[in-house]
Amino acid sequence: MNPNYLWLIPVLPFAGFLINGTLGRKLARPAVAGIALLFTAIPALLVAWLWSTMLSTGALTMSVTSRSWITVPGFHVNFAFAVDHLTLIMLAVVTGVGFLIHIYSAGYMAHEEGYWRFFAYLNLFMFFMLVLVLAANFLLLFVGWEGVGLASYLLIGFYFTKDSAANAGKKAFVVNRIGDFGFLLAMFLIIAHFGSLSFGDVFAAVNAHPAWQGGFLTAIALLLLVGAAGKSAQLPLYVWLPDAMEGPTPVSALIHAATMVTAGVYMVCRTHVIFDRSPLALSVVAIIGAATAIFAATIGMVQHDIKRVLAYSTVSQLGYMFLGCGVAAYSAAVFHLMTHAFFKALLFLAAGSVIHALSGEQDMRLMGGLKKRIPVTYWTMTAGVIAIAGIPPLAGFFSKDEILYRTFAFEANPMLGKLLWAVGLLTAGLTSFYMFRLWYKTFAGEERFDEAHLGQAHAVVHADEHPAGHDEGQDTSHQGHHGVHESPWIMLAPLCILALLSIIGGWIGIPQALGGSNHFEHFLDPVFAATTHAENAVNADQVSHSMELVLAAVSVLVALIGWFVARIFYLKKPGTLGARFGNSALYKLVANKYWVDEAYDATIVQPTVIGSRILLWGFVENVLVNGSGFVSAAITRLFASVTRKMQSGNIRSYAGWLAVGAAIILIAMTASALHIH
Amino acid sequence: MVPIAYYLILAAVLFSIGIGSFLIKRNIITIFMSIELMLNAVNLTFVAFAHQWKLIHGQIFVFFVMVVAAAEAAVGLAIIIAIFRTRQTLNVDNINLMKN
Amino acid sequence: MHLDQSILSLIVFTPLVGAVVLALLPDRGKLQPAAALIVTLLTFLFTLHLPAHWHSIPAGTYNFELDRVWIASPNIHYHVGVDGLSMWLLVLSGLLAPLGVLASWNAIASRRKLFYTLFLLQQVSMLGVFVSLDLFLYYAFWEMALVPMTILIATFGRTDNRRRAALKYFLYAFIPSALLLVGMLWIYNGTHTFDVPTLTYLAATHQIPGSAQALWLASLAFLIAFAVKVPVFPLHGWLSEGIQEAPTAAVMVLAGKLGLYSILRFSFGIFPEQSHRIAPLMIALGAIGIVYGALLAYLQNDLKKLAAYSTLGHLSFITLGIFTFTAMGVDGGMYQILNHGISGGALFLLMGLLYERYGTYDMRALGGLAKVLPWIVTMFVITALSNVGLPMLNSFVGEFLILAGSMRTAFSAHAVLWCVIATTGVILSAAYLLSMIQRVFYGALGTRSREVQPIDLNLREHVTLWPLMILFLAMGIGSTYWMRSLHPLATAYSSAADVPPLKNPIVHVEAETYVPVNGGQR
Repeated sequence: MNPNYLWLIPVLPFAGFLINGTLGRKLARPAVAGIALLFTAIPALLVAWLWSTMLSTGALTMSVTSRSWITVPGFHVNFAFAVDHLTLIMLAVVTGVGFLIHIYSAGYMAHEEGYWRFFAYLNLFMFFMLVLVLAANFLLLFVGWEGVGLASYLLIGFYFTKDSAANAGKKAFVVNRIGDFGFLLAMFLIIAHFGSLSFGDVFAAVNAHPAWQGGFLTAIALLLLVGAAGKSAQLPLYVWLPDAMEGPTPVSALIHAATMVTAGVYMVCRTHVIFDRSPLALSVVAIIGAATAIFAATIGMVQHDIKRVLAYSTVSQLGYMFLGCGVAAYSAAVFHLMTHAFFKALLFLAAGSVIHALSGEQDMRLMGGLKKRIPVTYWTMTAGVIAIAGIPPLAGFFSKDEILYRTFAFEANPMLGKLLWAVGLLTAGLTSFYMFRLWYKTFAGEERFDEAHLGQAHAVVHADEHPAGHDEGQDTSHQGHHGVHESPWIMLAPLCILALLSIIGGWIGIPQALGGSNHFEHFLDPVFAATTHAENAVNADQVSHSMELVLAAVSVLVALIGWFVARIFYLKKPGTLGARFGNSALYKLVANKYWVDEAYDATIVQPTVIGSRILLWGFVENVLVNGSGFVSAAITRLFASVTRKMQSGNIRSYAGWLAVGAAIILIAMTASALHIH
Repeated sequence: MVPIAYYLILAAVLFSIGIGSFLIKRNIITIFMSIELMLNAVNLTFVAFAHQWKLIHGQIFVFFVMVVAAAEAAVGLAIIIAIFRTRQTLNVDNINLMKN
Repeated sequence: MHLDQSILSLIVFTPLVGAVVLALLPDRGKLQPAAALIVTLLTFLFTLHLPAHWHSIPAGTYNFELDRVWIASPNIHYHVGVDGLSMWLLVLSGLLAPLGVLASWNAIASRRKLFYTLFLLQQVSMLGVFVSLDLFLYYAFWEMALVPMTILIATFGRTDNRRRAALKYFLYAFIPSALLLVGMLWIYNGTHTFDVPTLTYLAATHQIPGSAQALWLASLAFLIAFAVKVPVFPLHGWLSEGIQEAPTAAVMVLAGKLGLYSILRFSFGIFPEQSHRIAPLMIALGAIGIVYGALLAYLQNDLKKLAAYSTLGHLSFITLGIFTFTAMGVDGGMYQILNHGISGGALFLLMGLLYERYGTYDMRALGGLAKVLPWIVTMFVITALSNVGLPMLNSFVGEFLILAGSMRTAFSAHAVLWCVIATTGVILSAAYLLSMIQRVFYGALGTRSREVQPIDLNLREHVTLWPLMILFLAMGIGSTYWMRSLHPLATAYSSAADVPPLKNPIVHVEAETYVPVNGGQR
């Protein structure tokens, strides 16, 4: 494939966006979906072509530079794309999973208002996401970075008549902007130190100076991390992602599980050259990752909304990826990114299918016993649950285990490595527990929904929330079909494909200790080899294969324990757990998500708003800025009150003043004349 | 030949009378006349100096002043008549439209 | 006379002739706006001649120059000419004028003759400011700009507060202008010329006579007059009321361009060292103004007030940028003047459309309009995103360069601190603009939006808005086309000595590829 065709990969979805965005309102629904699918399918095919080209020629990179975007004396940025093996994997995930989700959406959204709008936004998202992964410089990456944020904002707020959806969209955008603030500052620092934003220039400069350790590179890395934490929903900026579940379910699957939220991981991997030079920054990445993983997992255990459980699970899994990056196991992080894209997209789409079946119900307390009613959804979701729980031989086991193993073997800071490994292991147990909890509550046990009133009850709930009665939003289409029903095949087919990928997707990365050859890592070696290969070799010596096997066995055991516990409490003796802990302070703390949102509101948002209202608006603006005008006006008025006495309006008094003035001038002239002589 | 000082003294006296009556009188016609008086006092100094220095400039200026005075008289009287028509008075103390 | 020589005079005096014609035409039906539209379109057409016949020139020289003696003594010339900056400002003003006329088409229902005549006079003075290369000529246009705007606000203001707002605007602008005049005369007294290129040359070679103290005072006289007109925080006392009252067409040209252009041309040109000296203060004021404007914008319930403080924030960005005296900052700042003209203009246009329909700027009375006004909400969101500085749209390029420049400036001891403070502006601007979108367009229908029959954009309004929307994208992607002609000035204001040397010299490799060092060895 000619590198010049790279442009087509992102530009085609953009064309789809333009067509659907301007004409979509007047087009028939099949036409809208057809356009959107076409402009997603062709890039996917192009990516396949790209793969075959690069593999057959053995080329490690491919790049294309077009005209200049920003040029000022001494600095310029081009429109430039580049592909290496990391990009190839991202491209495959984005276009592949993206295409499947487009198909699914055509069925899921079939009866929604604003069908054209949905697909236009979805294509816009694809455009920006592809720009993000293809970018060959920081600024173009930032274009995609902000752009996916925009698409996410538009799609979360898709049901904009609902206040909660509009709020969630705004929150997502603003919190992401906090991350972008860090990213921007990182770019300014890079410009100040390197004079360029091109990956090639910057990384080559770093590689050429082995003496640079820490220092400004730490500052850049930490600021980049702020950006990554915003986009990938890590502590302390994760708060937007659970709220983002207000968007339609396919959006949650595509943007908030499989692709956009992994952009932070991708960015850290892409800039690993900088991170590698800063042990401090790497440790921070690892700690944030591990902390986020366990933090989100605990919240996920007590959520009742099926999508929110999955959302916290996403945050938690992203934490794993950061943990992987933090111990310089970049290929493991990318591996988990890929398998996670498969099984989390699957889980979300399956959850969407469940919600569809129940006419819009998302509360797991009102589900149960769906195993027989929607068998295809059940079986595909089962694959996803086992995959994420980390039970071999499904995909999640291999990628998660790789990260845990690498963490355990982290040689730069062995103590920290062991500690983070323990945290990761505990999280793995929790993950298994809450995912099987979800599985049992949804599919097993008795049917807790009221079949006759499905949808209606939902409508009533929403009518209560919105007295104005405008609840056109939120999955209204799923109301109306009464009775539980399996989804149409246009939705089930993507589920089946993703289920297959979730089962076999991990086999390309089976580590040597388990008899595989870890193709995946070797595939990424050209990207990460420069800095990590040596370390890997050391690791392999230090921790033997037998150790690796033991660790794998431990994590499988932990996953099985999680399953077992969930089985006891949600299948055998449902309700016992709630009865014992339902009123404990700890439960309330976790159930209220540690009051993080409230804490942010009370410590950051409100003080800013109130402070600016009282101090800036009340004092600075109205007293200092406007007051200075009044003071000068008052002084002027004071003088005027004296001088205005002259302006009596009486002609003769004017004449008198005139005469006096003339006399004074005369006298002055005479006096000065006398003085001179 | 009359010394120039005599002309100047006469002009100063005329001018002072003009100023005085301008300030004292209330009738707008009288005020007008005192303005003319002051103009003529100035004219007198012009002519006197022109004669003294044998320069034509002063005399030319007098013509200017006379033309302006004539124009002023024409316009001024028209204004006075207009004022009288609207306000039925020629007392300047009552004509203070500019005030406020 | 060749067209290249007369084109600037043609641009400036076409609206003047138009104003006379409008004053003679009767005030009947849509005759006045139609005539004004023709005049402004014609002017716009003339301004397009400039980029079409542009020759790239070094800094300190001008295209399309015309220099005739106007008054022999004092030495005043009719000297006009444009460089890259003033050329694009002319084109921008040319473009905004017909859009302003279209926006006022129905909004101004009575006293049309007065409105459009004043509008054209305002246009004359603005164009005149941008072409003048003689300080005296410039000052004449500068002062002339004040009068039509004041009358426009006082006559066509929206509330009973309009007189007060107009008076405030007039006084704020007029009093510092007196200082400017004194400064100008002082300069003339020493140099016996009002010619700007000559004065710039004299300044660059330290030939302007006068003690350091006197020069410093004169530079302050210039800067204060300009800073009030921009306005720079905290001299923005007139801005909020002025913007609230002024009709849409006037508000589009109320703030920004004139003051900033004057700073770049006169303060920087005639007082380079003094400008360097005051740069730390201006950088600080710029950074503070960004945050201040954004925070106050977030508090407002009135759309116009929100836009006023948003304007303050955006203008502070530009102030920050140009006072960094780095190529990036100055280039970005100049580019941002153009961007603010179209992004801010579009925002005001859209708010005006809402006001025409709903008779209020109060966000509490609006709400839920997205469902009933799909086109307006689309345009509004795009405009808001442009103002937020979304990459690929116009403002991003300018803001990015400004902030990147502020990190590197040599003129502030705390450059990094101010850069960080200024960069928080990207968070805050997203917060207040998205809140505005949400309050006006999302959620349930508000009290006022329920009462009024919704009417989406008509053809005239589409015609008004689309050029701006297209420019957002074009200026975001093709910034090099516009910035090419701005570079000479930016380079001139950021002499090599001003840019700190790179701490770490870059090793140059083949651009835009990232082959890992050991990548091929496996």
